[in-house]
Amino acid sequence: MNGIRRNVCAILLVASAAHGQQSTDAIERKLETYRSMMKADPWSNPGMLDVERGEALWKTRGGPMNVSLEGCDLGLGPREVDGAFALLPRYFADADRVLDVEARILWCMEKLQGFERAKLLTRPHPGSGMPVKDFGAIATYVAYRSNGQSFATAFSHPKEKEALALGEALFFRRSGPMDFACSTCHADTGKRIRLQLLPFFSKAAEAQRIVGEWPAYRVSTAHVMTMQHRIYDCLWQMRLPEVELGSDLSVALISYLVKQAEGGQINVPGLKR
Amino acid sequence: MSAKPRIRVPDSARIGEVIEIKTLIAHAMETGNRRNNDGSIVPRLLLHTFEAKFAGTEVFRANLHTGTAANPFLSFFMKVPGPGEFEFTWIEDGGARITERRALSVI
Repeated sequence: MNGIRRNVCAILLVASAAHGQQSTDAIERKLETYRSMMKADPWSNPGMLDVERGEALWKTRGGPMNVSLEGCDLGLGPREVDGAFALLPRYFADADRVLDVEARILWCMEKLQGFERAKLLTRPHPGSGMPVKDFGAIATYVAYRSNGQSFATAFSHPKEKEALALGEALFFRRSGPMDFACSTCHADTGKRIRLQLLPFFSKAAEAQRIVGEWPAYRVSTAHVMTMQHRIYDCLWQMRLPEVELGSDLSVALISYLVKQAEGGQINVPGLKR
Repeated sequence: MSAKPRIRVPDSARIGEVIEIKTLIAHAMETGNRRNNDGSIVPRLLLHTFEAKFAGTEVFRANLHTGTAANPFLSFFMKVPGPGEFEFTWIEDGGARITERRALSVI
């Protein structure tokens, strides 16, 4: 009798362990089905609404100077959009700084269109359920126009090297009240926050796939999230001081991520939880 | 600047052919069940109806409720009766209407 009871117990334990494993896998499989349905038909990605909005904003006259952004040099010269994102972040002599796509668009909105920098930097990221801000929609459009190309920033200019070194140092440096580094969550395969798998950025294949998907549409907040917004949110989750949009720190981190993803194909807008 | 609806209709089709029509529109689809930081209810604001007409005849209609995701994507199929123009309308709570038209030529 005792023997039978023990066996039953053992079977139940095995069964429940198997069940836990199965349900996690089942959820992951269903999520993957959803992602693959969206990927099979990129047209239906709601992020495409902001690609089109960004294109209209890029081409429409605006700001106190009433000019369009088409004169904005994204690195390949004014009016050149195709392929520009694949070579960002990069050093811009006119700004004497390394800029990523968002920081460059902000620079152009300030210098070409005459927008006030302080206003552009006030609450630059959308709240849940609100559409991405104008510069974010433009960044999504610019990134989209490099789809199919590979990240190929040379990081040869001394300031680009400097940004890269700073980004690497920041990535691995623990700081803040919780003593977190980026690498606390991003230095192993298969780690996750809730159901979102976290990329391991030291592994080229993972970095290439993930970095190439940003800017991405986030289903849970129903808007496009840009890479600057992603970094802002990561640092907030680490309880670090609020990082300014397009600051040297955020551009350095993005430079490091893009370097890790070197050669990876651009495939935006991606689709996230 | 708000986003324009995305609509995909084939440029041309044969009579009798079954074609797929896809639509995607930017909308928060506010359910009326959420609260602001101050505790007050965020008023409901949904696109409650989508209708599609072809050559003046209704071919598809959908009633959307609080369970519909933000930025709703809808697709449907239609057997092509002949040449004509699609008229797609989304109706918001309060009566605001968003209408888009697309022509379909027959080969």
